[in-house]
Amino acid sequence: MTADSLLRVEDLRIALAGDRTIYNAVEEVSFEIRRGEAFGLVGESGCGKSITALAVMGLLKRPLSLGGGKILLDGEEIQNASAARMRMLRGSRIGMIFQEPMTALNPLSPVGRQIAEMFVLHQNAGWSEAMDRAEEALRQVRVPSPGRRVKDYPHQLSGGMRQRVMIAIALACSPELLIADEPTTALDVTVQAEIIDLMAELCAAKGTAILMISHDLGLVANMCKRVAVMYAGRIVEAQPAEAIFAKPQHPYTQGLVDSLPRLGERSRRGQQRLREIAGVVPSIQAYPAGCRFNPRCPRASDVCLTTAPAITPLPAANSIEALVRCHHHG
Amino acid sequence: MAEPLLALDDLAVHFKVGSALAGGVHTLKAVDGVTLDVKPGECLGLVGESGCGKSTLALAIMGLIPPTRGHIALDGRDLAQRGRLETARTVQMIFQDPYASLNPRQTVRRTLADPLRIHGVTDRAEVEARVVDIMAKVGLRPEHADRYPHEFSGGQRQRIGIARALILKPKLVICDEPVSALDVSIRAQIINLLLELKDELGLAYIMISHDLGVVEHVSDRVAVMYLGRIVEQGGWQEIFENPRHPYTRALIAAIPDPFHRAAVSARAKARGEVPSALDPPPGCHFHPRCPLKADICVSQDPPLEPVAAGHRAACHFRDRIG
Repeated sequence: MTADSLLRVEDLRIALAGDRTIYNAVEEVSFEIRRGEAFGLVGESGCGKSITALAVMGLLKRPLSLGGGKILLDGEEIQNASAARMRMLRGSRIGMIFQEPMTALNPLSPVGRQIAEMFVLHQNAGWSEAMDRAEEALRQVRVPSPGRRVKDYPHQLSGGMRQRVMIAIALACSPELLIADEPTTALDVTVQAEIIDLMAELCAAKGTAILMISHDLGLVANMCKRVAVMYAGRIVEAQPAEAIFAKPQHPYTQGLVDSLPRLGERSRRGQQRLREIAGVVPSIQAYPAGCRFNPRCPRASDVCLTTAPAITPLPAANSIEALVRCHHHG
Repeated sequence: MAEPLLALDDLAVHFKVGSALAGGVHTLKAVDGVTLDVKPGECLGLVGESGCGKSTLALAIMGLIPPTRGHIALDGRDLAQRGRLETARTVQMIFQDPYASLNPRQTVRRTLADPLRIHGVTDRAEVEARVVDIMAKVGLRPEHADRYPHEFSGGQRQRIGIARALILKPKLVICDEPVSALDVSIRAQIINLLLELKDELGLAYIMISHDLGVVEHVSDRVAVMYLGRIVEQGGWQEIFENPRHPYTRALIAAIPDPFHRAAVSARAKARGEVPSALDPPPGCHFHPRCPLKADICVSQDPPLEPVAAGHRAACHFRDRIG
């Protein structure tokens, strides 16, 4: 464990209670985020990325539960922390932003009050002081005329403005870690660019680390220093952001990088058939034995059908660890 | 030059919203003066942010919303003169969400056979042959014809949606965000399929998408919409390599490009959000967000003027950009 480690997840397992059986929705997931570092977790729907974030926040609900492993925030084990302790940590030391700001905000409370609540709950501020600070927080996320906007209800704001309010709430108490789960998926592309810039800028100014969760590999690679790719409940590859596109090592990551049409590609190489990843993501009831990517993998051999590949460390670049989980990586 | 398959002339679709008692009736100009054509076998990409009028335009072309002003000519005949069935045989649509756009209580066979019967194909053997044929074409196994939509994966369901659109052998297919609801690893399969079918069947597409990577990959020509109007149109290479409208530049600049991590030039970025279509800004609709805004942009609405062969842009400064 490095000295500047902020969040460390070790061998996390999340159990999903089915009718008769218990499935492992996430297993053997380990990663580390350093202070002030932006870390991305990428994968398709159902791969377990969002529930990994929920586990870190202590928000797993039945039928999901923590099946094993450790979660360390700044050296403190929080996987078994009490509900009261987790409520204290959430908001003050861990901030959160979700995909759809309309459902994450309270529709019956003015946005200024929802921001001010953070100062009242976590920093013992009085309401009038907290309201002043809420106005300042809105100014920081560049909401125009914040003095007027603090009185607005969420439905009076546009989608982009609501997400700015969410960022203001999440960063109100200058948390050490910001968890952003698909923060821009519900927004238009030009607004997405602004929100991402704003998040990156504020977090850099406050020294906040980011755990960014998204299905968009391009977006995550652009924003984060290090990226982990999840498939069917396991991390299959983690690399520095530049390397994940330039030198992906896992066949799944390679498939993702190759299969997306990218701007400028057609001018350079003409209209070529896109490389496809065969088949579909397996359902949790039917995870294949061995490597879970084996039914779709062009390199699958006998060993892949029987033995789940172990983690192989890759040569570290700029002292950023990298790993891949494949029998035939490279 | 080939006769256009679809020709829109100054098409406008306005909606009345609100009530006279509460705040008054307002006019929402969802589509406002669009002139556009699509040639046989061509793919036209239609790009713009939510609320710009792309989907309203699609519904008007399908004959599902009557235009307020202007004309739609399909295959040389005015849409208003054509019957609904005749229009349906010429233009069909593929929707974004294959979960919502298929009837969960109908088997694939029924979903595909019903349109044939409605359009007068009564011979059982012929219906069966065409169902089997179209399923094979879109990569579904004909022996799965008696299954229900929930028995298929998302990608397969979108194949059913494509088969349903093609069963009547239309000449034009409107694809409204055909891959955005699908898992990332499935998208390439569907894009490849759409391109193969276009070549094999000589289809023309209108490809509506907010994913510029997809639009660049599949389109022959591209039109960019903003608040009900076309602000730029041209060949795909022109639009993506030499965009002449600041909004097009902003859209391209907003795409995170992992290969060129250098910060996007701040001058190309748009500020703020799309204003309400109920109360669009005067002059050029884009001026409040535009990095090149000048006085003329507030007072005068720029027309869509040629900047090169087949390339038009609606910007007062179109000749200074690029």
